[in-house]
Amino acid sequence: MNLTLLTEKLNLEVRCCKDKLDREVSGGYMGDLLSDVMANSKKDDVWITCQSHQNVVAVSVLKEHAGIILVLGKEPDTDTIERASQEGIPLLVTDLPGFEIAGRLYDLITV
Amino acid sequence: MSREYEVSFPVKGDNFEDAGKVSVEIKRLLKGHGITGDILRRAAIATYESEVNIISYAQQGNINVRVTDDSISINIQDRGPGITDIEQAMKQGYSTANDRIREMGFGAGMGLFNIKNCSDSFEILSEINKGTLLKILINR
Repeated sequence: MNLTLLTEKLNLEVRCCKDKLDREVSGGYMGDLLSDVMANSKKDDVWITCQSHQNVVAVSVLKEHAGIILVLGKEPDTDTIERASQEGIPLLVTDLPGFEIAGRLYDLITV
Repeated sequence: MSREYEVSFPVKGDNFEDAGKVSVEIKRLLKGHGITGDILRRAAIATYESEVNIISYAQQGNINVRVTDDSISINIQDRGPGITDIEQAMKQGYSTANDRIREMGFGAGMGLFNIKNCSDSFEILSEINKGTLLKILINR
């Protein structure tokens, strides 16, 4: 499944890199501790978090994530959007909590 | 053609804005030198955690990466407070990070643990009030 379809199905709003939504998603990881995400997330995962500061971008670049979903209505900081745009990491947002997004994502990807 | 390659990057303490920049650059360079897959993944995690450690705890530091035919050796030297109890510091979940660091999602006490998990050999040499040297070796 690619990010375009995922954005539609989960009703996400796109905050940057609209041109990168053809990126394939193969899984997901949810976490707010950066070391946990570094250690346990995988390439092509979409990362679900409530961390909205710019340091999330380096983690996603290093782990080659498909994109980041900010939950609970969190908006990315201006410098987060800037850096994500430079690095080509799509930033998506939702008002829903992580648990719901993770559950729906799991259904979409594994079924 | 020899695959030997060496590069060094300075890292400034407390500069959270740039956290990860050096690691992203090092990963790109390693990729450019034909390192891929699990080896690249492990090198990236070890470098990132080391970089964040310098930023979180030291005044300044340096990350040196040396690639040979057989291995990637990453040495991280910092000028900082040093580690009082290395055995304790290695325990998952143990951290001396302040609230500001933790709020950003750093300082979970997983850094050195992650580095160790990604290394084929890992050594810490530390002197109180002087600094710490991490010696990471990953076999290719």
